[in-house]
Amino acid sequence: MGVVKLTIDGRDVSAPAESTILQAAQSMGIRIPTLCFHERLKPAGSCGICVVEVDGNPTPVTSCNTPVSEGMTVTTHSEHLFSIRQEILKGILAHHPLDCPICDKAGECLLQDLVVEHGITGVESPTPTTKFTSAYSKTMLKSWPERCVLCLRCVRACSEIQGHYALSVTEGPDGPQISYDADKCVSCGECIQLCPTGALVEKKTDLRWRNWEIENKVRTTCPYCGVGCQQLLHIKDGRIVKVTGVEDAEPNQGRLCVKGRYGFDFIYSDERLKTPLIRENGGFREASFDEATRLVARKFKEIIAESGPDAIAGVSCSRSINEDSYQMQKLFRAVIGTNNIDNCART
Amino acid sequence: MIMVIGSNMTEAHPVAATFIKNAVANGAELIVVDPRRHKLCDYATLHLPLKVGSDIALLNAMMHVLIKEDLYDRRFVESCTMGFDEVKEKVMEYPPERAAEICGIDAELIRSTARRFVSIKPAMLCYTLGITEHTCGVNNVLTVANFQMLTGNMGMECGGVNPLRGQNNVQGACDMGALPNVFPGYQAVTNPDARAKFEKAWGVKNLPGNVGLMIPQMMEGLVDKKIRAFYIFGENLANTEPDIHKVEHELSSAEFLICQDIFPNETTRFAHVIFPAAAWSENEGTFANSERRISRVRTASPPPGLAKPNWWIFKEIAKKMGHDWESDSAQELWDNEISVLAPNLMGIKYRRLEGNGLQWPCPHEEHPGTCFLHQDGEFTCGLGRFTPVDWTPPAEVPDAEYPFTLSTGRRLYHYHTRTQTGRCEGLNDLLGEESADISPQDASTMGIESHEKIKVKSRRGEVIVKARVTPEVPPGMVWMAFHFRENCANWLTNAAFDPVSFTAEYKACAVQIEKL
Repeated sequence: MGVVKLTIDGRDVSAPAESTILQAAQSMGIRIPTLCFHERLKPAGSCGICVVEVDGNPTPVTSCNTPVSEGMTVTTHSEHLFSIRQEILKGILAHHPLDCPICDKAGECLLQDLVVEHGITGVESPTPTTKFTSAYSKTMLKSWPERCVLCLRCVRACSEIQGHYALSVTEGPDGPQISYDADKCVSCGECIQLCPTGALVEKKTDLRWRNWEIENKVRTTCPYCGVGCQQLLHIKDGRIVKVTGVEDAEPNQGRLCVKGRYGFDFIYSDERLKTPLIRENGGFREASFDEATRLVARKFKEIIAESGPDAIAGVSCSRSINEDSYQMQKLFRAVIGTNNIDNCART
Repeated sequence: MIMVIGSNMTEAHPVAATFIKNAVANGAELIVVDPRRHKLCDYATLHLPLKVGSDIALLNAMMHVLIKEDLYDRRFVESCTMGFDEVKEKVMEYPPERAAEICGIDAELIRSTARRFVSIKPAMLCYTLGITEHTCGVNNVLTVANFQMLTGNMGMECGGVNPLRGQNNVQGACDMGALPNVFPGYQAVTNPDARAKFEKAWGVKNLPGNVGLMIPQMMEGLVDKKIRAFYIFGENLANTEPDIHKVEHELSSAEFLICQDIFPNETTRFAHVIFPAAAWSENEGTFANSERRISRVRTASPPPGLAKPNWWIFKEIAKKMGHDWESDSAQELWDNEISVLAPNLMGIKYRRLEGNGLQWPCPHEEHPGTCFLHQDGEFTCGLGRFTPVDWTPPAEVPDAEYPFTLSTGRRLYHYHTRTQTGRCEGLNDLLGEESADISPQDASTMGIESHEKIKVKSRRGEVIVKARVTPEVPPGMVWMAFHFRENCANWLTNAAFDPVSFTAEYKACAVQIEKL
């Protein structure tokens, strides 16, 4: 695996021989605009936004899927490239509704950002066509096919990353379109996470918000299985409204499953236990922590005095944090004086 | 090469399964060993649909072939292991023809699978509860370890024995010493030096040196009153333990039952005191995943009402019993106690956990963590120890009266007893009720259609549940989950336990099904 030397925007670059021009540029902190490219997908080179000029090449090449070579001289930004990118974006907008005011993606839409960056103005909204009439909708997902820019990130996410193969490109009455196989979809939401526009959006909640209203994104670990996926909790008004996978994080590398992405709102259920309860007259009555812990301590002391500490047993929670389990076994061993502490690892 | 045995990964560990699928797409071979033709089989080079509970016979026979044909890793066995001769003698009793009768896999297929497995290195073996939830669970695990040592696949990346942990922090609960035989960091309570160390750290005298009880023993103790107070923290035992009638009898016998949870559930009905706890995302802390990776858990919103972090509740009880504990946050507990007391965690401090966390063993603060264990064949105990193991059948096998084998597990859209997923918008729409999965052959013989209500009955209980006719399930099997109370599989399951681990045999009991 050798290293090749090339020049990008007048700067000398050493890059692994198997890297692409885009990767070599990124390693130098040089940004090339992209649309269909995503770090977690194999490059498709279909949108053309990432074009660059290579000395000796008569026409620009897509940097996401062109390998570097020794002595290559690359230009990533020029008037010519800028106008090519403008034309591509205008071509996309000719088929993309300018419905940003009602689009969930507005504010973190890659297409929107590229349009602003390239100063595209005066584009007429396309006349609605029959293109992509077969919008699909799952419990957690809504598609807006007219917003689709056919970057195929969703199709590739579903097959290359998640291995479900529920999405595919088919030939529709107005050209290629995204088709969806309900039997194969398991609502993992990877397609939504990778969609650069508002063509695929979440339908988890009736709540609506603008993306810039998200006040915080908190990184945490998923509370379900033992994989330990890293999640970003999107917080608005002090509540989680959405969960996404943390791109580049170990162990999940941005991926989530249906529970990790959509299984968060149980914490806001009205049925939560909110106060200590003590059994009385066949029912429960509310109590303070002081009273309830005092009762438990008294009962424990009584039992220890009468029957010894081994008459008390406890089961810790395999769902809660390490520190809680540590603290519970410490209570049992150091305070009560028994090793009768277990967790459901065995069941 | 990847072999997945007793693991329905696409439903129980969906994100882990995506990496297996990626590996297959990149050219890796995948062998799935499972009674059910579950989703991962679609990606597999080979699927061995063995009979429930016959894993030891199959693996012993594969080892028989490898030894007989001299295809095992002689160098690894000779330099890194001990006890080979005993295992050799044992597996010689398992020619493929004998195993074929036990596990229902053709002898030639056993031979070719064994040869195929050793044709590629490294080879990874993954298992889940299909291995452990048997009366021979410990022996199953030992056999899996024998197999990977024999093939020399230990101590390397993409090799090894990889148990996928069922719950987000079941690894951590064990690491923290929520076990009756070890202190945090797996230091034996029977070891006087370990006791002295913890006595000093905790400022107490006479820590108990006798191994404590395991969950099933505790619960039986409620009935004979040997256990007078039982503290259940975050477990819905009334739904998750085998044989719900038995479990509820035990819970209702409790003299004093404390539950600490985030919701009222079937178990809190039996409580005398209930403490309301902060949930995931309502306090700071750490989880340990299947890779022994310690990752941070962070606060998104405050707990409701008076609910408190669990560690705070335990601290408060300790205080009322005359013990004032200093640590007053999860970080203080970790940085000042846990990572000081557990040698494998000494290098892990909160400030090092901002990004991707750290995998233990991580013995000092410059240590990068450990991605895989037993590097270069150096086992924790020195040489890897082979243990000869015999196959034993499940405690309850089908007979004329109960002719089907019931096996249980999880489904994709819910988690355990649905205390959480049942309260998440949309998930009940994706899966709204339990079903009993049966094979098309059995359905046709009994005249049962998909979605038709049937009765499934064991010696312990019965449920009315919708049939789901699916080729995933082999003839003679009924497969169910435990997500829905009314027709939870645990009304039927058998409270028979592995004699060492006391893990229940959730994966096999005998049932009958009845068309209504």
